[in-house]
Amino acid sequence: MSKNDMIFKFENKPAIYSVGTVAGKKEWEGALPGIYDCHCDDDTFGMPTWEQSESEMQRLALNHALAKLAWDDGKLGLLFAGDLINQCTSSGYGLLDFDVPFLGLFGACSTLAEGLIMTAFTVNAGYVNAAAAVTSSHNCSAERQFRFPVEYGGQRTPTSQWTVTGAGAFIVGRRSLLDIEEKLIEAKNASQSQPSPLFTHVRIAEAMPGRSIECGMNDANNMGAAMAPAAGDTLLRYFTVSGTKPSDYDLIITGDLGYEGHRLTGELLAQKGIHLGNNFADCGLLIYDRERQDMHAGGSGCACSALVMGAYILPKIERGELRNVLFIGTGALMSQMSVQQGLPIPAIAHLVRLIYE
Amino acid sequence: MTENGSRAVIARLFYFCRMSLCAVRLLFYINNSGKANNNSGISFRQVIPIYKKDYKKYAEKTAQKSNVLVCCIKAFLVGGAICTFAQWLYNMFITRLGEENTRLLVPVVLIFLTALTTGLGWFDKLAKHAGGGTLVPITGFANAISSAAIDSKNEGWVLGLGSKIFTIAGPVILYGTLASVIYGVVLYLLKLAGAGGA
Amino acid sequence: MDYLWAFIVGGLICVVAELLLCYTKLTAARILTIYVVAGVFLTAIGLYKPLVDFAGCGATTPLTGFGYALAEGVKKAVDERGIFGALTGGLTATSGGIAAALTFAFLAALAFKGKPK
Repeated sequence: MSKNDMIFKFENKPAIYSVGTVAGKKEWEGALPGIYDCHCDDDTFGMPTWEQSESEMQRLALNHALAKLAWDDGKLGLLFAGDLINQCTSSGYGLLDFDVPFLGLFGACSTLAEGLIMTAFTVNAGYVNAAAAVTSSHNCSAERQFRFPVEYGGQRTPTSQWTVTGAGAFIVGRRSLLDIEEKLIEAKNASQSQPSPLFTHVRIAEAMPGRSIECGMNDANNMGAAMAPAAGDTLLRYFTVSGTKPSDYDLIITGDLGYEGHRLTGELLAQKGIHLGNNFADCGLLIYDRERQDMHAGGSGCACSALVMGAYILPKIERGELRNVLFIGTGALMSQMSVQQGLPIPAIAHLVRLIYE
Repeated sequence: MTENGSRAVIARLFYFCRMSLCAVRLLFYINNSGKANNNSGISFRQVIPIYKKDYKKYAEKTAQKSNVLVCCIKAFLVGGAICTFAQWLYNMFITRLGEENTRLLVPVVLIFLTALTTGLGWFDKLAKHAGGGTLVPITGFANAISSAAIDSKNEGWVLGLGSKIFTIAGPVILYGTLASVIYGVVLYLLKLAGAGGA
Repeated sequence: MDYLWAFIVGGLICVVAELLLCYTKLTAARILTIYVVAGVFLTAIGLYKPLVDFAGCGATTPLTGFGYALAEGVKKAVDERGIFGALTGGLTATSGGIAAALTFAFLAALAFKGKPK
C-alpha cells in the first residue's frame, strides 16, 4: 500500500461546537432560505468595496460563532482561514479584530475542509483546546479577480457555476471542554426555553487530505469537470483503505462539484466499481434553486460548502437525522494567470468524516 | 569515427533504451489499469496520464449545452433592434446635421446609452439573454470600457481606473489599429507599384 | 425599407457571433477582435462597402463597421499623405468613437457605484 494512502483517525473526536454563517441576498433567497445567522440585501455589508465586504462577512461569521458560545476570542488557540482573493486578503483583513494566532490557508473552494482538517489535527493532538476554521467568498470580488468587471454584460455557459456570497466560521474544540461549557450554556438556554444554537453531538472522526490532480481540463467555465477526478481520487482511496462502501454512510456530500462535476464523479467511480447512490449530494446543487435563480450548473466558492454544511447539514447531524457523513471539500487550484497561459486546471478534494456522538 | 561521433551514438543508444523502457512501463500500466487491485487501491493518479485526453473529450462531449436555436433567435432580435435604432437615429440626424457629423453622432449616442445602462445595472441583464446581440454592435465595446471603468475606480483614478479601463476593449483597439496600419502600408505599396508601372 | 435591411443584416452579423460563442471556445474579447480585423480585411478587398450601401446602419453598427471606418480612414489618409497616412488614418477616423467611449465611461464611473448581479 502506498504510504500516501492513509486515513487520519482522530481518537479524541474533536467536536464542532458552533458555526456562524453569513449569507448574501441570493443565498438568503435560495433553496435553503433564511437558515443563516445574518445576511445583507445588497451584498455590501456596509463596506465601500467588494473585497472589504467579504472581509466584513468573515468578521461577522466568527463573531456569531463566538457569541453562540458566549466566548471571547481569547478562548481560541488557533485561527485557520482562507478565501479566493489573491494573497487571501479577505481573511487577512477580516480577522484583524481577533487576537488569535492566525494561520492562513489556500485550498480554493476546499478551504473549509482544509480548515476543519487543520483544526481537528491541532485539537486532537492536544496542542489547543479550541480552534476556529473560517472561510468566505463573494460573487463580485471573485468575478472581478477571475473573470470580468461586475457590470460587464456577458453570457454564461450552462456549465458555469455561481460563486456563493457568504462566510462560515466553525469552532472546533476538545470534547471535555465542551462538556463543561455545555452545562453553562444549557442552564442559560433553559431559562430562555429556546433550542440551543450550539452543536453538542457533532464530531470529526477521520480525515483524508486530497492530492492535487490535473486531468487536462483547461476550461475555466467548467470547473466541475476539472474537480471531478480529484473528488473521485479521494473517494476511491478512502473506500479502498477503509474497506467501506458508499452505502455504509448516511450522506456523502461534496463541496461544489455542481451539476457537471457531480455527474462526472459518479461516472468515474462507477468505472472503478464503486457505485454512489441517492446518498451522494453536492452543496453547490443544494444551495440555490437552479431554475428560479438561473444558476446554471450550481453554486461554487469557499462559502458554498461553508453555508450548506454549517447551516443545513450540521444541524441534521446534531438532531441525529444523519449519523455518519462524509464531507468532501473540492477546490480548483487555478489563478487568472494560469488560465490565461492556457494551463490546465489542477484540482483537489479533502475528505472529512463527521459523526453523531 | 571521431570521439564526438561515438559519444553521440552512445547518447542516442542510451536515449533509445530509456524510451523503450518508458514504453514498456506504459504498456504495463495500460494492461493493469482496468483491473481492480486490492492491495494498493489503484488511484486516479496512476491511470490519469493515459486517460487525460479521453477524460477531457468525454467531459466536453457530455457537458450540458445551451439551446443554440433560442440563443441565436435572441441574438438576432436584439442585435437587429439595436441596428434598426441606429438607422432611425441616422435618418433623423442626416437631414439636419449632414453626412460627416451624423456618422460620428450615431455611434456616440449608442455609446452614451450603453454607458448609462451599464452604470444603472441594466445592460448586463439584457446581455445575459442577448449574447451576441449586445456584444457585436458598438454597445459591446462601450460596455466593456464602461464596466471596466466603474469596476476599477476603487483602486484609484490613475492606477486603477486609468490603466484597467482597457482590460477587455484594449485588444480591439490594438489589433484594429494594427490591421489598419498594415492595410495602409499595403495600399501605399500598391499605389507605388501602380504609379511605377504606369 | 432601409429599416428592414438594417434589422436583418445587423441581426445576422450578431447571430454569427452567437454561434461562435456557443460552438467554439472563443471568448467575447477574442470575438470582438476577430470582428474588427475582419471588418478591415473585408473593406480592403472591397466586399464590405457594398454591404454598407445596402444595409446602412445594419453594417456600420456592428464592430465590423468599426473596422470599416478604420479602413476607410486609412485609405483616405494614404491618398492625402502617402505612407504617413497608414499611421494616422485609422485612429483619426475612429477617434470620435473612442473618445466618446472613454469620456462616457469615465462619467459613468463618476456617477455610479458597482452593483451585485
